[in-house]
Amino acid sequence: MDRSLGWQGNSVPEDRTEAGDDKEYVGFATLPNQVHRKSVKKGFDFTLMVAGESGLGKSTLVNSLFLTDLYRDRKLLGAEERIMQTVEITKHAVDIEEKGVRLRLTIVDTPGFGDAVNNTECWKPVAEYIDQQFEQYFRDESGLNRKNIQDNRVHCCLYFISPFGHGLRPLDVEFMKALHQRVNIVPILAKADTLTPPEVDHKKRKIREEIEHFGIKIYQFPDCDSDEDEDFKLQDQALKESIPFAVIGSNTVVEARGRRVRGRLYPWGIVEVENPGHCDFVKLRTMLVRTHMQDLKDVTRETHYENYRAQCIQSMTRLVVKERNRKDRSRN
Amino acid sequence: MSKGQSGLGKSTLVNTLFKSQVSRKASSWNREEKIPKTVEIKAIGHVIEEGGVKMKLTVIDTPGFGDQINNENCWEPIEKYINEQYEKFLKEEVNIARKKRIPDTRVHCCLYFISPTGHSLRPLDLEFMKHLSKVVNIIPVIAKADTMTLEEKSEFKQRVRKELEVNGIEFYPQKEFDEDLEDKTENDKIRQESMPFAVVGSDKEYQVNGKRVLGRKTPWGIIEVENLNHCEFALLRDFVIRTHLQDLKEVTHNIHYETYRAKRLNDNGGLPPVSVDTEESHDSNP
Repeated sequence: MDRSLGWQGNSVPEDRTEAGDDKEYVGFATLPNQVHRKSVKKGFDFTLMVAGESGLGKSTLVNSLFLTDLYRDRKLLGAEERIMQTVEITKHAVDIEEKGVRLRLTIVDTPGFGDAVNNTECWKPVAEYIDQQFEQYFRDESGLNRKNIQDNRVHCCLYFISPFGHGLRPLDVEFMKALHQRVNIVPILAKADTLTPPEVDHKKRKIREEIEHFGIKIYQFPDCDSDEDEDFKLQDQALKESIPFAVIGSNTVVEARGRRVRGRLYPWGIVEVENPGHCDFVKLRTMLVRTHMQDLKDVTRETHYENYRAQCIQSMTRLVVKERNRKDRSRN
Repeated sequence: MSKGQSGLGKSTLVNTLFKSQVSRKASSWNREEKIPKTVEIKAIGHVIEEGGVKMKLTVIDTPGFGDQINNENCWEPIEKYINEQYEKFLKEEVNIARKKRIPDTRVHCCLYFISPTGHSLRPLDLEFMKHLSKVVNIIPVIAKADTMTLEEKSEFKQRVRKELEVNGIEFYPQKEFDEDLEDKTENDKIRQESMPFAVVGSDKEYQVNGKRVLGRKTPWGIIEVENLNHCEFALLRDFVIRTHLQDLKEVTHNIHYETYRAKRLNDNGGLPPVSVDTEESHDSNP
């Protein structure tokens, strides 16, 4: 009987070795398991920003996505109070767990955005916030104690587009152009139960055209590897063509088709949040949480943060050179 | 006149109200066209007929309102337009050789479309209505009401009514113009319970229970425009056309126009404004 020796001399049964291969089994195939175990112990974190005018269902959607109730004690402002309101940045953090995996989810909200009569540059506080997080990480990274760096960088920004307009409004364009180099933007078509299916298609096409026309770089789904199976490729293609995701959220559970589901009860019917025939909520959740969360973090780290860091270093170098030249000149 | 940000269904609703294509739908602006930088005023006149009664209907739309990033004073072009119509009428009235029937281009009613956010009025809504309720009859309307469940709708309406009251915005029918008790009770009921009307408009017909109805077809059901359980379109239509049409014109003529006229005469030292063009010749039989 041919017995191959595994690492540390443990005998490994024959069927473990590759057929027709004389390679010995070293055992590093368990690496993914080791990484998995360590990551699970450490826990994951994700920072999601939601932006858009008030009344588009942002809070409801966040609650629906993560099955939480983050906004229970929120007080809604009346129109008069909002006249004086400026754009704020608020953070809610919540720890959720599923099958032993812990996620620290931070939601960054932008109350006041787009609500005033004059909304000139109302995206500035948002852009500044994102830059601040980059700056803080940059400092921490260059610091002495790097073991426990807290990563507050924004990994993804869901931008809510109103279904009541004829496509993108000037404010939408300005916001996305100001932020697309700083954060992954995923455009969302809000309150999609206002629209009939042909209207949804029409608006989506229009918005996609406008995004291209204005040169806005939204988050791109990575292309499938060519060796993936057809089903997966089709799914991926369908996902790309669903942008912007037409979503509906709900904080309430209703009875539909004999089941209790999250939904909205109208006199003319029941809208089910998780019904793919009603809206793209499931697609969004799959993309955001189940398939692309890690990629969103990677792109933030490798692209947006690196851009910021490069710019920072460049401008610092320029300052240092200027200062040195000035000193040289004053010495001569 | 229909007012409100683009995409709130103004054109569709006006078409539904008058059951004819009186409003050209601004098919989403082409890439070559841009959202108008200033508020435009587009007036289109139609003659419609029913039961032998002819009506000249003029629909005035305001594309570009509230769409910009900075919307400060975007109501000014509209206020200006309304006052210009009053001025036109005034000039005709004080003419020596007056036409028998002065052409009336004054705005009798302004439907203001409120976005159905479910929260409250927007600062822009408040500013607009504050300024314009003094010169024209404003009827606030909640657009695209199929966004809200029954509960959300009634809460939103309550909040909007309260905000309008707190800010002293007198929408039509104004309390101070109720002529007698009968008017007052009827209008009170409308003011405190029905308004602002939550409407849905549609120019497409579907078959429901054997009847052809105007509606919107969604995967979860058909929203019937004229079904009072679904939305208040029928109430708005009856209110504006079947019961209060004449009153809208009267209030415009007797109150808003008179206010304008009084102010103009005052500014002119009690004298009527002098008509500059004396070459105008008038037909004695228009």
